[in-house]
Amino acid sequence: MGTRKSRPRLAVWKFASCDGCQLTLLDCEDELLSLAAEVEIAYFLEASSAPGPGPYDLSLVEGSITTPDDAARIRHVREVSKHLVTIGACATAGGVQALRDFADVREFASVVYARPEYIATLATSTPISANVPVDFELRGCPIDRRQLLEVITAFLAGRRPVVPSHSVCVECKLRGNVCVLVAHGTPCLGPVTQAGCGALCPAFNRGCYGCFGPADTTNSRALNAKLRVLGMSDPELVRVYRTFNATEEQFVQASEEAGG
Amino acid sequence: MTHKTLRVGALSRVEGEGALLVDVRDGRIADLRLSIYEPPRFFEALLRGRAFDEPPDITARICGICPVAYQMSACQAIESALGVAVTGPLRDLRLLLYYGEWIESHTLHIFLLHAPDFLGYDSGMAMAADHREHVERGLAVKKAGNELVATLGGRAIHPVNVRLGGFHRVPRRQELAPVAERLRRAREDALATVAWVAGFDFPDVEHDYRFLALRHPSEYAILSGRPAVSDGSSFPVEDWPEHVVEEQVPGSTALRARLDGTPGYLTGALARYALNSRRLSPLAREAARDACLGEVCRNPFRSIIVRAVEVVHACDEALRIIDGYTEPDVPAVPVEPAAGVGHGASEAPRGTLYHRYRIGADGLITEAAIVPPTSQNQARIEMDLRDLIEPRLGLARAELAALCERAIRNHDPCISCSTHFLDLRLDVR
Repeated sequence: MGTRKSRPRLAVWKFASCDGCQLTLLDCEDELLSLAAEVEIAYFLEASSAPGPGPYDLSLVEGSITTPDDAARIRHVREVSKHLVTIGACATAGGVQALRDFADVREFASVVYARPEYIATLATSTPISANVPVDFELRGCPIDRRQLLEVITAFLAGRRPVVPSHSVCVECKLRGNVCVLVAHGTPCLGPVTQAGCGALCPAFNRGCYGCFGPADTTNSRALNAKLRVLGMSDPELVRVYRTFNATEEQFVQASEEAGG
Repeated sequence: MTHKTLRVGALSRVEGEGALLVDVRDGRIADLRLSIYEPPRFFEALLRGRAFDEPPDITARICGICPVAYQMSACQAIESALGVAVTGPLRDLRLLLYYGEWIESHTLHIFLLHAPDFLGYDSGMAMAADHREHVERGLAVKKAGNELVATLGGRAIHPVNVRLGGFHRVPRRQELAPVAERLRRAREDALATVAWVAGFDFPDVEHDYRFLALRHPSEYAILSGRPAVSDGSSFPVEDWPEHVVEEQVPGSTALRARLDGTPGYLTGALARYALNSRRLSPLAREAARDACLGEVCRNPFRSIIVRAVEVVHACDEALRIIDGYTEPDVPAVPVEPAAGVGHGASEAPRGTLYHRYRIGADGLITEAAIVPPTSQNQARIEMDLRDLIEPRLGLARAELAALCERAIRNHDPCISCSTHFLDLRLDVR
């Protein structure tokens, strides 16, 4: 047990989210027990009822900031964390709940709740980086299991994670997928979406719907022109960019180009 | 007058965030509230104005643990609004996908969230130090469920292959062969799991539950069925809004679901088992018999056995579907937008999940309603807690708090499905 004292301390935090990204850690069935031997999983409420006190060497943060209390709590998380990594579209881009940013949140609350005055909520759903400095952002709705293991391994080894920022198109070529956009005329956001999923949707004869957020260099104007040729209306274009990563700058521009 | 307050902050080993407040006065519980502080995400509001075919992908994001449940309830609600029926091999594939989620979600709950309570550990990882063989077996079954979902859906969390009318692409027969191989081992492991959990020590507690679960003429209902109640009544899914009414109780901020006017009914594993156990697969029935479950189980702590039996059933039925699988001619039946209202319900691992959508003539959604299992169960969980702890108020505070957490975990609450939960902290005096 003597060596265990020096194990790096890992914490997993949840804000507004579906739990899917932290579940990804528990979905590492083959690695979970060896990971638990390598690091001390010091704070992970979904999995453990024995939260250990900070500070933590690596904090994985899931979810977006949508309440005044959470805005305070994320500052605490930053203070007790040596490294802070956001996991998933909510923590990195505000998530699907950021669609409130384009609407009136009080009207939203009145639709869902009979007594909306009891709802403590902010008008926007912001990514963690809008609230505190972030050391790395892992994209995806949900994140990819292999990328999560790479990020944890890299931070524990003191190096930058190797997570590509090119588009899904590259992954399609690597996987040997037929291009659904060119060959089938299926609308696809692959050209403007960051890789990481393994080009899943095209492998299932479906167009990419952008759940990993924008790639590092995008030309959405050209893609929009192509998607219009394939029959997409401007309101449809606005909707596809405004789903799980609606507040990402490139997707905001792309939806605005379509009149959103 | 003696007065003490028991507060269990930040519930652990549940999916999502909640807390419990109990007020004790003169040895009686004056107030007990399960508080959910999961921030609201307003799904029912943000779905308005979205296209009729978007809810399966969008509502999957309500819960990362049971996204398939959301996809299936959403698909069926919209298909019913548009007069589409998905039958035959496409329906079988939906069932198969759903069984994968059941295996994954139940095994997660059994091994990593629930079993540590019975063996005295803080987590499944800590439990693995002394019970590695069991935890590894559980992880292997969980992986089999995840691989089934990933094979059919593309990935285990938020699968990409589900669409209205069926799928984007259906699997080739040979793609299912390695999954079947793993499921055969998982079925054996699931049987061993039933025997393992049946040997736990269970608190001697029974509650007089009123159960609600879907019932199907020939299946242990999971994908579809008619909502049935343990008093013998049942109703078509379309009548759900007349029978299940969510309301705010005066003096509290929580929404409570009432079933035919009465609050505090239970949905989930115990309810399904009580109403449908005769429709379990023969192997699962045998496992239930060997575990001495009886016809109805009213001890919520023993729900871990019911979930283990349901995993046997899910493995067994998944294998039956794979064995008889023939590739459908088309991956999906056509679904065209039209004005209408549709209702859909399915059995999420933690209980009945109801969706309703109103679609306009332009194909856009004008109204959405989602009733997740945990908001239905919340009042009943509070009743469990009252019944359980009032006679045990003499226990040490830490012991009592731990018992409360266990009583909540018994019902596998998925607090992320917080479409209807309120922030209760404002009401705390």
